[in-house]
Amino acid sequence: MSSSQQPAQAPAPVRLITAFGSPFAHRVEVALALKGVPYELVVEDLASKSELLLAHNPVHRSVPVLLHGGRAVCESLVIVEYVDEAFHHGAAPRILPTDPYDRATARFWAQFIADKCLKPLWLSMWTDGEAQARFARETKESLAVLDAQLDGKRFFGGDALGFVDLAACTLAHWLDVLEEVAGKRLVGDGEYPALRRWAKEYTSDETVRRFLPDRDELVAFFAANKERYTSMVRAAVQRQ
Amino acid sequence: MAAEKKGLQLLDFWVSPFGQRCRIALDEKGLPYEYLEQDLDNKSELLLRSNPVHKKIPVLLHDGRPVCESLIIVQYIDEAFAGKSPALLPADPYARAQARFWADYVDKKVYDCGTRLWKLKGDAQQQACKEMLEILKTLDSALGDGKFFGGEQFGFVDVAFVPFTAWFLSYERYGKFSVEKECPRLAAWAKRCGERDSVAKNLYPPEKVYEFIGVLKKKFGIE
Repeated sequence: MSSSQQPAQAPAPVRLITAFGSPFAHRVEVALALKGVPYELVVEDLASKSELLLAHNPVHRSVPVLLHGGRAVCESLVIVEYVDEAFHHGAAPRILPTDPYDRATARFWAQFIADKCLKPLWLSMWTDGEAQARFARETKESLAVLDAQLDGKRFFGGDALGFVDLAACTLAHWLDVLEEVAGKRLVGDGEYPALRRWAKEYTSDETVRRFLPDRDELVAFFAANKERYTSMVRAAVQRQ
Repeated sequence: MAAEKKGLQLLDFWVSPFGQRCRIALDEKGLPYEYLEQDLDNKSELLLRSNPVHKKIPVLLHDGRPVCESLIIVQYIDEAFAGKSPALLPADPYARAQARFWADYVDKKVYDCGTRLWKLKGDAQQQACKEMLEILKTLDSALGDGKFFGGEQFGFVDVAFVPFTAWFLSYERYGKFSVEKECPRLAAWAKRCGERDSVAKNLYPPEKVYEFIGVLKKKFGIE
């Protein structure tokens, strides 16, 4: 290339710090794919965290972390909103709706899923006795609310996959893996039919499918970490 | 059926820091609204109908349509009234992500740790005190030498955190530490925010908050 022809400014490189099996990282990968953003994956061993991760997420020390031109964005749903805004171009699908009220609704359900479904779900898997029963009950009540919220829609936002579906991804692909590893059945036969239908829609989506970890590998991974989760959860529950 | 009430209404509870976030955001934008104090021991039909999922305040009603969860309400106010300055979230996506990250941090950490600080005793209380100091120091560091969390402009993270400055006195008493001493930048920031009309008007005096905690403790049968 002659010196008089400067190349156009290359877009800042995108890297995603991830760890095997993380549903949170999955959300971001799907978001990046929806926007057609090329990126490099940096896979962490969470039992031995890299300097890169600790430097870029000193507050939470968790994955995923998005590095855009070296600047870090942390917390998966914050990253998804960032991807939606920073990488938007004409042809790309919108992850959050554009209308302010619809956006507030999407954020509400994403938060409900995080606080009222995923949190007690995780706790119910790694506890026993009365605590376990309490967390399981809370999870099931929340799943019923979510099931009702789907109300015949294909995805949570309507016809197209969006923010709330990404927030709920754990329920589509990870829930029965957790049940199997923990030996605890939370969802009975025939329960939450709308959610089941949604889970099939979600996991067969052509973009999502590319980023679903292999089920057998997930089972092996969670089984290998079962003791660690159990003691972490025990400590967290005791603190409350 | 009666027509949906036009305009803005806020279902709220006087001392709630979450409700105060919304009041501050509305006042910053100069948006008139009807304040509706709720009796949380005897929840109104309007509250239960507007927030059937959580049955909690704050709830913003905009032309009768409910928005729930305080930080979601603040973002809604900013987006639905984007024409009204000041913008509470910055325009740049990266700056917005930073703002959302820190508001989320405040939301996840401050109130829960604060509650453990006044509710618990002995080792558990010591642990809560240790954590509260870590949280405040982290926020002090995030603030850095900036005027506000977003830099020169009062914004989303300031709105998210400033109501808790009225609780600093209580945290200090229960935790036996001084915010001024441990986090001088945060203490200065709190004072700076307190000079804004929207904040001065909507926060209760720290002694009143301390008194309220005393009432809560009696209610829960805590010594």
